[in-house]
Amino acid sequence: MNKSPAKKWLIQGLFFLVLVAFFAFAGHNVSTQLKMRGISSGFDFLKNQAGFGIAFHLIPYSETSSLGRVFLVGAVNTLFVSIISIVFASVIGLVIALFRISPLPVLRAIGVTYVETLRNIPLLLQFFVWYFAVLRQLPMPLESWRIGKSIYLNIRGLYLPFPEDAAAVWIVIGALIAGLTLGHVARALAQGQRVRRGKAPLWNWVPFILPLLLPVLALLYLRSRVTFTVPHLEGFNYSGGAQIIPELIAAIAALSLYTASFIAEIIRGAVGAVSKHQTEAALALGLKPRQVLGQIIFPQAMGHILPPLTSQYLNLIKNSSLAAAIAFPELVLLFAGTSLNVSGQAVEIMMMTLGFYLVVSLCLSALINLYQARVLSYERR
Amino acid sequence: MKTLGLSLCALATVCAGTSVRADTLADVKQRGYLKCGVSQGLPGFSTADKEGHWFGIDVDLCRAIAAAVLGDQSKVKYTPLSAKERFTALQSGEIDVLSRNTSYTLQRDASMGIDFAGVIYYDGQGFMVHKKLGVTSAAQLINASICINLGTTTELNVADFFRSQKIKYKLVTFEKNDEVVAAYDAGRCDAMSSDQSGLYADRTKLKHPEDHVVLPEKISKEPLGPAVRHGDNRWGDIVRWTLFTMLEGEELEVGMNTVEAAQKSEKPAVRRIMGAEGELGKNLGLAPDFARKILSQVGNYGEVFERNLGQSSPLKIDRGVNNLWLKGGLHYAMPFR
Repeated sequence: MNKSPAKKWLIQGLFFLVLVAFFAFAGHNVSTQLKMRGISSGFDFLKNQAGFGIAFHLIPYSETSSLGRVFLVGAVNTLFVSIISIVFASVIGLVIALFRISPLPVLRAIGVTYVETLRNIPLLLQFFVWYFAVLRQLPMPLESWRIGKSIYLNIRGLYLPFPEDAAAVWIVIGALIAGLTLGHVARALAQGQRVRRGKAPLWNWVPFILPLLLPVLALLYLRSRVTFTVPHLEGFNYSGGAQIIPELIAAIAALSLYTASFIAEIIRGAVGAVSKHQTEAALALGLKPRQVLGQIIFPQAMGHILPPLTSQYLNLIKNSSLAAAIAFPELVLLFAGTSLNVSGQAVEIMMMTLGFYLVVSLCLSALINLYQARVLSYERR
Repeated sequence: MKTLGLSLCALATVCAGTSVRADTLADVKQRGYLKCGVSQGLPGFSTADKEGHWFGIDVDLCRAIAAAVLGDQSKVKYTPLSAKERFTALQSGEIDVLSRNTSYTLQRDASMGIDFAGVIYYDGQGFMVHKKLGVTSAAQLINASICINLGTTTELNVADFFRSQKIKYKLVTFEKNDEVVAAYDAGRCDAMSSDQSGLYADRTKLKHPEDHVVLPEKISKEPLGPAVRHGDNRWGDIVRWTLFTMLEGEELEVGMNTVEAAQKSEKPAVRRIMGAEGELGKNLGLAPDFARKILSQVGNYGEVFERNLGQSSPLKIDRGVNNLWLKGGLHYAMPFR
């Protein structure tokens, strides 16, 4: 059926108008109904004082902060636990995938066992198992394990010396970002040289250690110039320095180990999808097995890996809300939990929480799509 | 996740523009049973046994309302609710009355679309600690980790208490009470904080209950009471006077065993509450003998307290402030006339 462009636009325009009208109607309805039932509405509650304490926050927070601040604390904590878990899940997933495609039966068996166990146990259960397993192992505060001069580990968490001035942390983070960017540029240069001269330059390894080297240098630089607060026993617990709570450790363990099992399968599948003649041809050219995997197979598999991998990353971010069950103060616990109960404004709070996950997910998939477009265009060149 | 579902459900209800009918009494009568929101399991207040029968003082209030409105205490459908689901469930009309150890506060009464109908148990927030800490007062909990349950006034009270004492503390907030107890038992926290009645109940779940002690001081006032939807005043009256009936029953010494004898009583106050004189039931829109049904089927407040919380229960809580005003407590039923 052929439609004239004008007709098409008319239909789409009408559809759009209906959609807008629907949302306007729904919004209006919500606010009048809430008013009718004597439930306060609007976003003014975000300015109200929170009044409760939060055990783990990366941005400054106290009981006198606003509920809006609680949203930020929760959002940052959610992103923090998600990003760390994504990194661990990817690395573990890659290792397990290598196990699964390894020629050694022992490694293959380990890989299969890992994947089949972890991906078939409900994630919430894994949270509890890890949490209570972590708690069981650790000593009470008075019997803390001391690591080095002033690092303490007990059931209340891992206590580390921490710079008094938080700006020092930003210097280290800045160094890490600079290391990653410079490393990326250096790698492109090295690759260019290899292509031109047919031989990798001597400093081929430099790009890979830059992201580590710069933060270490920054730390060494800061060490003599910044005063650290050191954990010390005060009352029933240690105080001062930074505290990494067991809830965070358990959440990262559960999220990354669970997601790694799916990532391993994605990588294994994608590697399997690359024609085996590619391997044969590469071996025939005299490449070593490691080079075959790293330079022939993986670059081609990337296109198959990225789309399902994106889904796994998005799943992980959303699954991080389960950490509320083991008391990790992330967005759902702090905002859709405590703040909702303090203010009673369910509609606004649920909207904001849903909005946060939606925006983060859309941003992440947009980023990966961009990257994928580049990888694929590189492949096709 | 259940909460998310509930909230979305509420959202959907609101979006669809259906309005919850403001006449709960007519709805309950037409439906033939009462929908009562209770806790997910708090011994003495509301717990279910293996066969799914509910017990507790909050449950008995639901049964009393059903007896008053429908004439049969068994016509109740219980909905277990978490602390953060409870208000949404009431607002959205999923339940008729919330009888779930909920503290009566200004903000909840005024801004959440609900109304409190009285106080069934005067509680206060306290702390439970391991005996070996040697702590005798909450003010000694310096820099302590405190395990608590999410979605109660607990967090705010703990924060207020420690801030006013200028003591450092760390809160570990769980979504469900079972995890609070498990984490406290595992040693994650120095103390756990909740309403004292709840602490006594939770203590029975620990590995070695005898090693733990509930500290005497109360850091907050927690008047626990039933709540109804804001704006349905008639229904609010019924819940309020059901509770008063139980208290008045104790004051007049009319209970499950004495209700038959009371019918022949000559005392005007007893005759009024039994429906033999006056039009008390009619004023509420109930049967004239609504109070007799409550007292014969569920019992008076003293009996209900005794079997759920008192010395004949595992909790063994003293009446204390929960005694009648005549005996030095806070419970005072408004006059039945």
